[in-house]
Amino acid sequence: MTTSLSTWEVSKQISEHVPGAISETTDAAIVVNGESLLNVAAFLKNTAGLDFDYLTTITAVDYYQYFEVVYLFVSMEHNHSLVLKARCHTRDNPTLPSLVSLWRSADHQEREIYDLMGITFEGHPNMKRIVLWPEFQGHPQRKDYL
Amino acid sequence: MVIPNIAVDAVRHLGAVAPDWPGHPWWHWVVFTLINIVFILVMIIGVIYIERRAIAWFAARTGPNRTGPFGLLQAIADAIKILLKEFITPMNADKIVFWIAPAVVFAPVIMIFAVVPFMNGAMLADLNIGILFVVAISSISTVGVFMAGWSSSNKYSMIGAMRLVASVISYEIPVVLALAGVVLIAGSLSLNDIVLAQQTVPFILVQPLGFFLLFVGGCAEINRSPFDLMEADSELVAGFHTEYSGMKFAMYYLGEYGEAVVMATIISTLFLGGWQWPFLPGWLWLILKIFLVFFTMVWTRATLPRVRIDQLMAVAWKFLFPLALINLLVTALQVLAGWPEDLLWLMGIVNYVLLGVLILLWSRMYKVGWGRIEV
Amino acid sequence: MQLRTEPYVLDMGPVHPSTHGVFRMRVTLDGEAVLNLEPVFGYLHRGVEKLAEERAYSGVIPLTDRLDYVASMTNNLAYVLAVEKLAEIKVPERAEYLRVIMSELQRISAHLVSIGSFTNDSGCYFTPFLYMYREREKIVDLFDMVCGQRLLYNYMRIGGVSQDIPDEFLPALRKVVKHLPGRINEYDRLLSENEIFLARTKGVGILPKETAINIGASGPVLRSTGIEWDIRKKDPYSIYDRFDFDIPTGEAGDCYDRYYVRLQEMRQSIRIVEQALKQIPSGPVKADVPQLIRPPVGEAYGHVEGPTGEVGFHVVSDGGIAPYRCHIRAPSLMNLTGLYDMSVGWKVQDLIVIFGSFAITMGEIDR
Repeated sequence: MTTSLSTWEVSKQISEHVPGAISETTDAAIVVNGESLLNVAAFLKNTAGLDFDYLTTITAVDYYQYFEVVYLFVSMEHNHSLVLKARCHTRDNPTLPSLVSLWRSADHQEREIYDLMGITFEGHPNMKRIVLWPEFQGHPQRKDYL
Repeated sequence: MVIPNIAVDAVRHLGAVAPDWPGHPWWHWVVFTLINIVFILVMIIGVIYIERRAIAWFAARTGPNRTGPFGLLQAIADAIKILLKEFITPMNADKIVFWIAPAVVFAPVIMIFAVVPFMNGAMLADLNIGILFVVAISSISTVGVFMAGWSSSNKYSMIGAMRLVASVISYEIPVVLALAGVVLIAGSLSLNDIVLAQQTVPFILVQPLGFFLLFVGGCAEINRSPFDLMEADSELVAGFHTEYSGMKFAMYYLGEYGEAVVMATIISTLFLGGWQWPFLPGWLWLILKIFLVFFTMVWTRATLPRVRIDQLMAVAWKFLFPLALINLLVTALQVLAGWPEDLLWLMGIVNYVLLGVLILLWSRMYKVGWGRIEV
Repeated sequence: MQLRTEPYVLDMGPVHPSTHGVFRMRVTLDGEAVLNLEPVFGYLHRGVEKLAEERAYSGVIPLTDRLDYVASMTNNLAYVLAVEKLAEIKVPERAEYLRVIMSELQRISAHLVSIGSFTNDSGCYFTPFLYMYREREKIVDLFDMVCGQRLLYNYMRIGGVSQDIPDEFLPALRKVVKHLPGRINEYDRLLSENEIFLARTKGVGILPKETAINIGASGPVLRSTGIEWDIRKKDPYSIYDRFDFDIPTGEAGDCYDRYYVRLQEMRQSIRIVEQALKQIPSGPVKADVPQLIRPPVGEAYGHVEGPTGEVGFHVVSDGGIAPYRCHIRAPSLMNLTGLYDMSVGWKVQDLIVIFGSFAITMGEIDR
């Protein structure tokens, strides 16, 4: 059984190594600042005991006030999982750091989020539309897209 | 098959003997030209039927069975359908070459039958260099295929045509060397003399390695599976005839099966005794043997996956070519030693042992292909 | 004389016999060798995730059928698991067994299709393909019996399955289960030792272990590299913890291993079905769940081990009758990240075989 790690303990570890990264912690997930997302992710991947080597899925949710990007990490070695969230509070040109340098599984998923939700991932080597054609205007997965 | 029978009888009764180039009355040429064209077209319909039904049976399905009795008229229905289709020329195609190419592919197929004996002496021209003629003419189709691939202005066509040229150039060598073994034993290049030399023992029993080489190399030359890389349907869409449609496509279709008929005919003439066999008329035996050889080709097609291009080359140069050389050497020594005519069966046994040992040893000694390249 | 050569670009697809739908690869070739490869998606994009936001929770199930259309059952299951997690619905025992039986039959049928089309890609002229379809036909007949559909089953429901199995189903299933292992052994003998098949697949398109984890590969693609990772064992959903089965793994991570892992998985699936047949209880097949459910605010991730890999649904609820957001984790999309690493340097023919060994379905990748 894949165990969900206690978010409180992990967030304590994170705030020790990357101070000021955590903006909120709930029972289900840890919400981090967009700027320190890459550092937190690298910490999660490279810390012994956590070893999150597998990025299962990335979801972007549009809550009108902000975009929330949900990362689900799994460690194959310890068989535990963790949900990490990052938020973008602007609708015009939301940006987050890309995780492709750590997990290549983020490659296609971040492109898809950029395409459908309009969140730009900085540092992604190939930030282009993936399912829609390049001339397409707008981002259809947003709640205000008509 | 009534027409060839009548024609053959007519030629017999009029006192025609094995013709010697060129001294023949004009009607001989007319009659045999007609016989050849009708024969090849009817045979193509026959082999298409065999191919489709046999492949269907191998794949646990029924195959065409709605048009005519047992679906025998399926090929004719297909031909009518394909005649009514539009012929599309790609905008960037080299138009003249694009139009000529199908004819260049199909014409040599009919020409080869000029030297094939349907019965003793019943042939268009008993050339004393028959086998050379066959080898030379059968290579012309390659030019047609390359014309098609080049002029289509399609990358798939081009890759397919390049593959075909590469494989034909490679496989021609073991095939010709395999033929040379037969020629050594028969002592003649004329196909009629070779068939006559198999009065007692068909050469498949004497020259098993030659038969194997000719069958494998022949399959590669006429794009039969597992060497059908030039029209590999899963990779190159349709290979060199991707851009062809309508009657031009039908010409390739006919040409492809015509080549298969030719290869089956050559194999049955050189190794299975041609028209020689008791009880039935000779031309019927020839047809049955052609169908038998063709059925074996269909069998391999239904069973085996396709090889890769470098593996194809490796098989030709590392496996078939050395074996062909050894076969030729052994046969030459046997003939030079003056093997007695009535001990041909012993030569057969020796050669079969040689075949087994060589194939077992050689298949362990070489590596197929070189795999990945560093980029 | 020095001949000038230059690489050229070949657009494979979107209409091509071996792209399993409308996938497109922009391949840069040097003669026959692949120098560069750029996958182009999107020709089958239907906006399933957006459509799901407009429908009631139960109305999304038919949409999930159309994702990986050779494995509808497992897609259904992944979605209903996510919603049940969100709404905390308990599923009756018999329904759980039916779900497991259907998922495993679906896995066998999907693996039959993928092995069949894989052999077709490697150039077997339709013979193994049609053998595989002959067996698949029997499984599809079983599905037809339980839900009246042969491709898009729409069988799972939130809180159970749509209807109980008819009386003639279990005898028919026993017959199929008895008959299948012999056929699988036959195909094993036909393909696994075929000299040309080995030459075309062994050592071709190797995916290293670390890369497989890094690109988020799952399913047979991941297991062929030697990693024992199967959601059914590692995070047992439904009632998979009650069954005894093995996780077949490969060693080299080449095309042959991916094929062989699938072949062995079919045997394991038969084992699971056999055990489920012995244990299946009687009782209701659907919990008392209203047609329109309003799960509490929150989010849940439900995942299953589909035939191509981990199929996951991330469902977010705002308390309404429709999912606020329904994200689909498409295993093939992740697996395809490795296509470049695996195929560069090989020939065009190998590219087709490597691509075929993923057993992708475009409906799932483009969504």
